[in-house]
Amino acid sequence: MIGLEHYLVLTGILFSIGIVGVIRRTNLLMLFFSTEILLNAVNIGFAAVSKYYGDLNGQIFSFFIIAIAASEVAVGLGLLVLWYKKEGTIDLTSLQMMKG
Amino acid sequence: MEKYLYIALFAPLVGSLFVALFASRPKMLFTGILASAFIGISMIASFVLLFHVYNHEPLHVEMMDWISAGNIDIPFGFIVDEVSVIMMVTVTLVSTVVHVYSIGYMDHDKSFNRFFTYLSAFVFSMLILVMSDNFVGLFIGWEGVGLCSWMLIGFWYHKHSASWAANEAFIMNRIADLGMLMGLFLIYWNVGSLQYSDVFEAVKTLNPALVGTIGVLLFIGAMGKSAQFPLHTWLADAMEGPTPVSALIHAATMVTAGVYLVIRCGEIYTIIPQVGFGIACLGAFVAVFAASMALVNNDLKRIIAYSTLSQLGYMFVAGGLGAYWIALFHLMTHAFFKSLLFLGAGNVMHAMHDELNIKKMGGLYGSMKATAILMSVASVALAGIYPFAGFFSKDKILEVAFNEGAYFLWFALFIGAGLTAFYSFRLVMLVFFGEKKYGHELHPHEAQPFVIYALMPLGLLAAISGFFEHSFREFTTRLLSDYGVHLEHHIEVILIASTLGIAISGIAFAIYMYGKRGGFSACWEKSFGYKVLSNQYYIPKLYEMVIIKPFGVASEFMWKKIDVKIVDFTVDLIARVLYASGEKSRKMQSGNLSDMLRWMIVGIVILLALAIFYRPMV
Repeated sequence: MIGLEHYLVLTGILFSIGIVGVIRRTNLLMLFFSTEILLNAVNIGFAAVSKYYGDLNGQIFSFFIIAIAASEVAVGLGLLVLWYKKEGTIDLTSLQMMKG
Repeated sequence: MEKYLYIALFAPLVGSLFVALFASRPKMLFTGILASAFIGISMIASFVLLFHVYNHEPLHVEMMDWISAGNIDIPFGFIVDEVSVIMMVTVTLVSTVVHVYSIGYMDHDKSFNRFFTYLSAFVFSMLILVMSDNFVGLFIGWEGVGLCSWMLIGFWYHKHSASWAANEAFIMNRIADLGMLMGLFLIYWNVGSLQYSDVFEAVKTLNPALVGTIGVLLFIGAMGKSAQFPLHTWLADAMEGPTPVSALIHAATMVTAGVYLVIRCGEIYTIIPQVGFGIACLGAFVAVFAASMALVNNDLKRIIAYSTLSQLGYMFVAGGLGAYWIALFHLMTHAFFKSLLFLGAGNVMHAMHDELNIKKMGGLYGSMKATAILMSVASVALAGIYPFAGFFSKDKILEVAFNEGAYFLWFALFIGAGLTAFYSFRLVMLVFFGEKKYGHELHPHEAQPFVIYALMPLGLLAAISGFFEHSFREFTTRLLSDYGVHLEHHIEVILIASTLGIAISGIAFAIYMYGKRGGFSACWEKSFGYKVLSNQYYIPKLYEMVIIKPFGVASEFMWKKIDVKIVDFTVDLIARVLYASGEKSRKMQSGNLSDMLRWMIVGIVILLALAIFYRPMV
């Protein structure tokens, strides 16, 4: 029988994977993947807890997060394509124009 | 009538503020004339008010609400009654003369404009002091005159001695003001109001011991302003200021503020005759003590300053014994002849190129007749010779002392009268008569004519103001409690004759010693008594040894050990920690997005940890 704790463990594992990705990766595309993993880890958690309590609020919130994640990726990928055209790389270390 | 009150009060302020616009500019003659004109306007308004109060009734206005918080409610109110109108007339009259005189005296000073700013500001503060209808207004004026006195004593601030004297005067007065402030707090605490009328109504029902404490505390304030022992040393040192300042502030007006306070609070002091008697004893002591120091001093202005001190002692005797109208009368006549004496001394100083040692003068009568005559008139008035002003007022004080049965007070004042006559004529003889002792390169000359004309009214008043005694008494006793001397006629005659006798013999002795014999022989100067007197009883030395030196050592300790090593160190430590942490943490700002993300995660972890483990006490 799969219970709440299994979902939460899955959430935790996915979130950790996402965090490690955010910390370790320098490729911007991979960073976006990591961010998506983070967001969706949270979504799973919300949906599971919502089902457990019988409260729809959590699931509604998940939808919101999916929508926001989608728009964020749309904008982010657009900027990323522009950056690639300009610099020829999408490595994070090249993004240091503001360094004092 | 109200408009005259406002004109009298605010004309000096307007003059001061207007002249202040030019304070840092080089000398402009019109500033002096304008300031004098504004003071003149104030004087005319004061005289109008005097006639109004004389013929009709006192004036009381509330200009606006001032302090209104909780239970305390102090309006900005002014009262022109019999006492304050006398003070106003005296102050504005002397101020006008001093202003006009200063145009001549400060002629060559490069801070001419600044001088008039301060002088007019002083007059304004003094008017606030005497016209206020409550103790808070009085206190504001009290501090205002203290501030202006500080600015004017230290007017030549580039001279170390002048700025030192200014600070001394200011600090001594702060000590006394603490006493006064505590008195005011006590009054407010027990009465709940600081209006004169409420306070004098309420003190009648208060515990006499409490009223005694209030009386003593208020008198401590008066002691500072009026330079009574042991806070007297500042007055002689204050002579570092320009001479018109000495004439106006340190003879005629500010130093009499203490006497004014005692007169104004007469209704408090009548309840506590023991305190009043203490005031009288202190006054008599100062009268003799200061006169004795004036005997041997060779500094022209210091002699007159000690004389002021001694005369203030006389006023306190009268005030302390309950003869308020006599104290006020002596205050007024003294203002006339003492400011005249100072202004004459200013003329002499100018003629002698700021020489102050009277032993180096002599024979000035030939070149400065007008000044010599005016100063002689003032000296005769000071000595109390009939029919000059001092005779009427000073003699009354001696009669009061005798009438109260305080024979030792009377005797002290009697001796003081003799000393006064001697030192004032010692000064006149040494300065104006006898042989010339100054060098041939000096060619003394009389002051400008308008300066002499400006002094004429004071000379006239010093001569005749005593004859106003009866109308003065009738006028002031409408407000003040009357004091009549009930002595048998022949005793009174004997008293007057003996006082007059000792004064005349003092004068005669001075004229004989310094006129005929050419002064005392030099062996006197080696005697113990002379040394004690010329060193002012070693009191300034004592203060330096007992108060200033230990205080300096303590301050040095506090500075080097406590301030630098503890307070400054702590403050510096905070700054150093912030600097060091900033230096260390700026490495975080590498500009690398990856690093920033890592720091962000560290931050999230810390916040999460806090959210989980830290439970605020709810």
